[in-house]
Amino acid sequence: MSHEASAGAGARLPPGILAHHFSSLSRQNEAMQLGMWLFLATEILLFAGLFTGYSVYRFQFPEAFAACSRHLELSLGTVNTLVLITSSLTVALSIHYARSDRPRAAAVCLVLTLLFALTFLGIKFVEYSAHFHEKSLPGKYYAFEEVKIPGAAMFFSLYFLMTGLHGLHVVAGMSVLSWLLWRTLQGRYSSAYYTGLELGGLYWHLVDLVWIFLYPLLYLI
Amino acid sequence: MRLSEADSHALAGAPAHPDYLHDGTTVMSWLNTRDHKRVGIMFLVSVIFFFFVGGLFALLMRFKLLQPGPFFMDALSYNRMFTLHGIIMIFLFLIPAIPSAFGNFVLPLMIGARDVAFPRLNLASFYVYLSGATIAIWGMLHGGADTGWTFYAPYSTTSPTQVAPVLLGAFVLGFSSILTGLNFIVTVHTLRAPGLNWMKMPLFVWSTYATSIIQILATPVLAIALLIVTVERIGGFGLFDPARGGDPVLFQHMFWFYSHPAVYIMILPAMGVISETVCAFSRKNPFGYRAIAFSSLGIAFVGFFTWGHHLFVAGQSVFVGGAFGLLSMFVGIFTAIKVFNWVGTMYRGAITFKTPFAYICGFLYFLVFGGMTGVALATTSLDIHWHDTYFVVAHFHFIMVGASVMAFLAALHYWFPKMFGKTYHEGWGLVAASLIILGFNATFIPQFLLGNFGMPRRYYQYPEHFQALNVASTAGATLLGFGFVIIVIYLGIALRWGSRSEENPWGSKGFEWLTASPPPTHNFDEIPTITQMPHDYRTHEPPGVIRVA
Amino acid sequence: MNELLRRLLFLPDQASSFARDFDQLHYFVILTTFVMSTAVGLTAIFFFIRYRRRSETQTTPHIEPPAWMEALFVVVPLTFFVAWFFLGYREFVRQNTPPIDTMDVYVMGKQWMWKFAYPDGPNSINVLRVPAGQNVRLLMTSRDVIHSFYVPEFRVKMDVLPGRYTELWFNATTPGRYQILCAEYCGAGHSIMRGEVIALKPQEYEDWAASQRRGLADRQDGQPTALDFTPPLGNLVEQGKRVAADQGCLKCHTTDGTRHIGPTWLDLYGRRERLTDGSVVLVDEAYLTESMMDPALRIVEGFQPVMPSFQGKLAGPETAALVEFIKSLQSDAVRTGPSEGPAYAPIRGR
Repeated sequence: MSHEASAGAGARLPPGILAHHFSSLSRQNEAMQLGMWLFLATEILLFAGLFTGYSVYRFQFPEAFAACSRHLELSLGTVNTLVLITSSLTVALSIHYARSDRPRAAAVCLVLTLLFALTFLGIKFVEYSAHFHEKSLPGKYYAFEEVKIPGAAMFFSLYFLMTGLHGLHVVAGMSVLSWLLWRTLQGRYSSAYYTGLELGGLYWHLVDLVWIFLYPLLYLI
Repeated sequence: MRLSEADSHALAGAPAHPDYLHDGTTVMSWLNTRDHKRVGIMFLVSVIFFFFVGGLFALLMRFKLLQPGPFFMDALSYNRMFTLHGIIMIFLFLIPAIPSAFGNFVLPLMIGARDVAFPRLNLASFYVYLSGATIAIWGMLHGGADTGWTFYAPYSTTSPTQVAPVLLGAFVLGFSSILTGLNFIVTVHTLRAPGLNWMKMPLFVWSTYATSIIQILATPVLAIALLIVTVERIGGFGLFDPARGGDPVLFQHMFWFYSHPAVYIMILPAMGVISETVCAFSRKNPFGYRAIAFSSLGIAFVGFFTWGHHLFVAGQSVFVGGAFGLLSMFVGIFTAIKVFNWVGTMYRGAITFKTPFAYICGFLYFLVFGGMTGVALATTSLDIHWHDTYFVVAHFHFIMVGASVMAFLAALHYWFPKMFGKTYHEGWGLVAASLIILGFNATFIPQFLLGNFGMPRRYYQYPEHFQALNVASTAGATLLGFGFVIIVIYLGIALRWGSRSEENPWGSKGFEWLTASPPPTHNFDEIPTITQMPHDYRTHEPPGVIRVA
Repeated sequence: MNELLRRLLFLPDQASSFARDFDQLHYFVILTTFVMSTAVGLTAIFFFIRYRRRSETQTTPHIEPPAWMEALFVVVPLTFFVAWFFLGYREFVRQNTPPIDTMDVYVMGKQWMWKFAYPDGPNSINVLRVPAGQNVRLLMTSRDVIHSFYVPEFRVKMDVLPGRYTELWFNATTPGRYQILCAEYCGAGHSIMRGEVIALKPQEYEDWAASQRRGLADRQDGQPTALDFTPPLGNLVEQGKRVAADQGCLKCHTTDGTRHIGPTWLDLYGRRERLTDGSVVLVDEAYLTESMMDPALRIVEGFQPVMPSFQGKLAGPETAALVEFIKSLQSDAVRTGPSEGPAYAPIRGR
């Protein structure tokens, strides 16, 4: 039986972790990592389509996009960015603690990550409510009094599409993290095996990364 | 084909483990399987079923096209029918057929693995496929889309038919494709048997690997394009609506960014099958192993840069037309390399004309004809006359049916003994192959001429001077249909009443033949160590079936 | 030779200045395709015969192609492909670059008809008259979805997009009638969205244009076309006036402001009418068309629901003509005396 690093006290492989078709655990871990990276590549390409749309229409309607961007709540967007970046930190910490055979600390960090994620969604909810209220809505529902130039509705169509799709991924990420939290509490992850946490962490980092690109495009320029 | 002593003894006695077909015979053992071979069989049955459904729609359309005016069905039904024909044939048959059916079955065997990297994900991809199929077909039966499988905006965003469920179905089907591709890439990277380095991989594995790269990189862009059309229909978002500042041609760019690489998803696995069968039936090493292997990667890579050749007359600048036209020329070169190498493989080979070889011959002729008409379309100016006419329809059917389906049939016959341990009737195999090749020519060569003549595609009614060629095409289609039906009949008979096949009836040196036919659930009693090159026929003994008592 | 190949390959007549060059490249490419695919197929068959398996235990040599052969596999096809590309691209640029001396015609594609408008004169539906031998440029847009303007005999095609103008130019070398086909799927009527280009001898074209300018639209100067929904040519407004009389509209609707069985058409377009259910409707093309096809749906307040439906009785172009006629009936634009100036009266926009 081969282990990753030196197993500390309390480190044990979960039963049946090695699938029958893999020759070794390290091979299996390698496969899981590769699989997750490939999946992340597909997610990047999914968002790439929306970023392309954004670029095309920004090029076509520069003033409208700039004007609408100024009307987004910059403080809320910035706080959200900090919240997500911090949540990436906490999820990385949870992996670190799991790897150091401190599952309780790992669980706490996962809970923190989930709380940050919830905060992110809460702030987005506040922003969306404001948009509904002032009628800065996509496409045919656009009736925002303060920006009435052509292309403004397009900005909000893209804004809602991009942040909406991102929000869905935040929710998906939260489900994954919750499931990992439960597994952590069950004692599944230790220095002997923590690949599942790593993969979940990778996914969460992607969710964060997409936002890091969304934020400047929507709020800053 | 004579077996070695050891293998004869092994065959005579009961095998140590039951083969995968008999290892658990309840329905649940199939529905809940982790075995890549069973997943492959389930995909195989599904894709064949959907092929006939899509083919039925084609025949109904061709029947209507016997008459230039309204006949047999109304315009709306006809428009729905070509939409459904396209969606079924592309998303439910061509994209999954060779990778998910044969790839699933054969790829782990070819690299000496016991399964794919993620067996449960594999099963999931089958259920995702079924769900997507169900949603799309449900949508079609309830006022379904008449937009064509290409869903061009703004017609797709404003059509009064039920487009959203069909879009959702296609969206879900895309995930099945992504999951299969992901699984295969990880499998090839991490589960190769000892000694099997990249330059010893069978050529089918190279093609499947290249296909998988396209699947994971291109399909998400389709997903987002369809998602945007859906929100535009439901929520009026207006990304493709000029009245709200949108650009309908942006949809075309996003759609074809996926759909052009998608056609390489449809042909690369077919090319892999041909590489395998040409070597096996010529009993010869591949003429240029590296050339064939790397050209698969070349097609996958360059294929991503050619999508704009679908937009030559879409009002884009001449610069855009020129750039994409030139790039499209390069992607054709890789196919040319393969064709020359396959023919070169036959040189000084020891060829036997079995059913799969008949399909190989058909494949080569159709691939060259279809591929070169593709190059012809890419010469920009010629496309002006041919765009959206039956010339394009004939071109892509030459590749998708003439090449891809021929390869699918070659694979089906070549791996039939491997998958089921049964023998089919060779004579009927050749009869069906002849009917199909003949019927195919009779169906689609008139369509090239129709395109030249000026008949646009997706035409319910047409000017009368196109009638003669349409009648000829319908006659051919009927013959073609017969050919396919005959195959199902004799293969069905073989499954039920066919004689037991030998372990390696073709004497092939492919690595999948290193184990029993049909294989045991765990594939190999002992993982082989690979020391020889694939497709090495300098000696005549096929690799013995490796068994542990 | 050109003619023989053209017929063999079912290419249509070469009726534009582009057609011959197109066909020459076509022959080159297609013949090479035939030759190569047949050569590959025959080689495979030849190899099968020559190298068929002679015994069960036969082995084969391990053969790899020398580098020069691999290079040949790449260089020869690449040369052909790139040569074709450059030949074709030169033509492509030429077809996409209208010369300076073109005569412009505005084209609007809509489901499911083609409308043509000359800058200095008449409109027409589905029939485009041009002088032969003259460079003609079409400036095209769509009113709804993407269509594509295709004339096989000219070897020209260009998509017609909503919200944008695309252009296409041609020079019809031979007088005659040439079919226009829509080549981008646009819905139920896609396959009947056809038209005709009539290339006239230059003098005939001048005569026709002059008669249009004189407003004598009721004199038909061409043969009726085979397309049964093509209206006689002329100014759309005059056409609408004729349809209104033929179909009996004027029995219930006046054009001078008098209230009669139905609302008057004078100043109707652009008006906000109150309906029987209390709501207000803006009278635009949509409402006018709906009133012709499904009149009971929305009745103007104060009128009885007695109007019959003209669904099936009016072809699309005739409906359009009626709409244009109604649009022209603005108080300060109606002529009461004999026609003096251009027949095409400017419409006050919405």
